[in-house]
Amino acid sequence: MEQEMVLKNEKSMSASFKQLLLKLTPSVKKDGIIKSMKNAGITLLSILLFIGLWHMGSKALYNKEADYKVEKALQERGEEAAAAERACIESGDSSCQPNTLPSPTQVWASLKSLVADHQVIKADKAAFAEKLSATNEKLIAQGKDPIVYTGRASFIDIVLTSIKTVFAGFLLALLIAVPIGIIIGLSPSLRSAFNWFIQVFKPVSPVVWYLLVFMIVKTLYIGDSSDNAFVISFISVGLCAMWATLVNTAMGVSSVDKDYINVAKVLKLGTFQKVFKVILPSSLPLIFTGLRITLSVAWMVLIAIELLAQSQGLGLFVWEEFQNGANDSNSKIIVAMFVIGIIGFLLDRLMLTVQNMVSFNKNEMA
Amino acid sequence: MAYLELNNIYKTYGEGDGSTEVLSNINLTMDEGEFVAIVGFTGSGKTTLVNLINGLLQPTSGEVLFKGKPVTDTSHERGVIFQNYSLLPWLTVGQNIYMAVKEAFPKESKADLMKRVKEYVAMVSLSPAINKRPKELSGGMRQRVAVARALAMNPEMIIMDEPLGALDALTRGNLQDEILNIWSQDKRTALLITNDVDEGIYMADRIIPLKPGPNATLGPEFKIDIERPRDKTAMNDNPVYKKTRNAIIEYLMDIGEERKTVSNVEYKLPELTPKSFVA
Ligand SMILES: Nc1ncnc2c1ncn2[C@@H]1O[C@H](COP(=O)(O)OP(=O)(O)OP(=O)(O)O)[C@@H](O)[C@H]1O
Ligand SMILES: [Mg+2]
Repeated sequence: MEQEMVLKNEKSMSASFKQLLLKLTPSVKKDGIIKSMKNAGITLLSILLFIGLWHMGSKALYNKEADYKVEKALQERGEEAAAAERACIESGDSSCQPNTLPSPTQVWASLKSLVADHQVIKADKAAFAEKLSATNEKLIAQGKDPIVYTGRASFIDIVLTSIKTVFAGFLLALLIAVPIGIIIGLSPSLRSAFNWFIQVFKPVSPVVWYLLVFMIVKTLYIGDSSDNAFVISFISVGLCAMWATLVNTAMGVSSVDKDYINVAKVLKLGTFQKVFKVILPSSLPLIFTGLRITLSVAWMVLIAIELLAQSQGLGLFVWEEFQNGANDSNSKIIVAMFVIGIIGFLLDRLMLTVQNMVSFNKNEMA
Repeated sequence: MAYLELNNIYKTYGEGDGSTEVLSNINLTMDEGEFVAIVGFTGSGKTTLVNLINGLLQPTSGEVLFKGKPVTDTSHERGVIFQNYSLLPWLTVGQNIYMAVKEAFPKESKADLMKRVKEYVAMVSLSPAINKRPKELSGGMRQRVAVARALAMNPEMIIMDEPLGALDALTRGNLQDEILNIWSQDKRTALLITNDVDEGIYMADRIIPLKPGPNATLGPEFKIDIERPRDKTAMNDNPVYKKTRNAIIEYLMDIGEERKTVSNVEYKLPELTPKSFVA
């Protein structure tokens, strides 16, 4: 009997103790923190592993290239030249470095030098502006064009140009594809009329889009000396990337749940109300899925199109560095690669956030 | 002139070989102020019938006359409570109803419309949920929103397609009373589709069974001669209630049996001779 009492007591005590513990440490939150810390740890670990593998790989490639160089010197110019070559390589002299996949440290150094270069150019620009401000004011007062800075663009400027191009292209795609998608989504006959058009133009490659836009814009810009590379590239990017949005919008609009259409009919909504209050909201999730694809396609094709259009963006930067073949060109290309990848990732996140904000059935979306 | 008239209605879905005649030879007349319930098995074509009356569908042949005029389109005069609620998921409860009253009373000010919205939301006791979206509501709550939306438009005729199916008995009873209330004020006309015979007897003046399809048609009507307002608990002992209820259920069971035997699938059983285990 007494023992039972004690047992009971113990039970209730442990229960209340547990409750106290629960109060002190919100377990759900704690679990969440531990989980996200674990995830972050795994991510960090995999990044380190990646860098390690990259380091070893680039070292192996470096050695292979170096050996080849020494071997070549030996065969072509003899023993002495070979020794000199090896000494030169080992001294780290830039004139004889093997040209191969750069190591992580080299890429890091390039990134730093690109940023430093940006500071220099920025200072340069500021000085230029100051020096010419008086002259420019006079020019403007006389109704002439002011003198603008035409020096080298820094890496940051280049990245900004690319982002600007992609957003302009994205906006163009949105302005073209969403309205057309809505219209052809609403009308089955227009949809079949447009179908061949979409099917034919959707798979056309970015290069061809560029050429097409180039033909047209070049003619439109006749007699205008201003730089049309930006215009050409953003239009090409937009045309190339808009198809996903067009198709998704048309699909979303044409496949609105029959129940919603019935509601619109029973309430006797006017056409305008029906489109804007029922059809569009219900197709928004699909439209935004399309826009998300459009943005990522735009960013992907941007590089090729900037290269062709000679627009001062990342595409041209990569190509010029490759052509240039300077000592640190390869590592600059890798820097650009990472920047392209990271910006692409961020753009996608941005779209995902917007998409989640507008979708009414969040739990049904991936 | 009857208020609502269905003359020789046939409705076929699809064309050619794939077509099925869901409804055939449906005839029904309703007077103004009447409350008619149609009971039927699932899949027999009740929703199809409702959509023919509210104007969402057109009959393959025959005609639907509302106040003497053929029904060619939906109208605010006929309010609909859809079976699957059909709430717009991106709008809140209040917004869903607001959208309806705004169309029904285009001349009213925003404040007046909001008053209506609040009144009907309160009627289905959803005031605390007025700013919630449908997906945050239970099935029964959604159904109540659908009821509120249809009634808030103040239609002359209320067409209800299994409007209370997802509700528990208590809420169901309350809403039945609300609907009866609204119906009896300025004598509206009501058509109720239900699969619950008791609900039909409690609410309607007449119950008409819909025979199971394909080729579903209306069966003989059962008049409910019970005084209004009806009392649910007292009704159970009412001999008229008992008699009518038994008659309807018997009829439904009969046509249910018929359906089973009519199903013309022939089961060919393999010829087996039972083995003897005793050997
Ligand atoms: N749009 C359509 N196209 C083809 N067949 C349809 C269509 N709508 C309904 N049907 C068919 O018509 C028949 C009747 O459907 P209906 O929805 O009217 O039945 P119901 O009596 O309302 O059923 P429930 O009690 O389950 O709501 C079903 O066999 C269904 O498959
Ligand atoms: Mg139905």
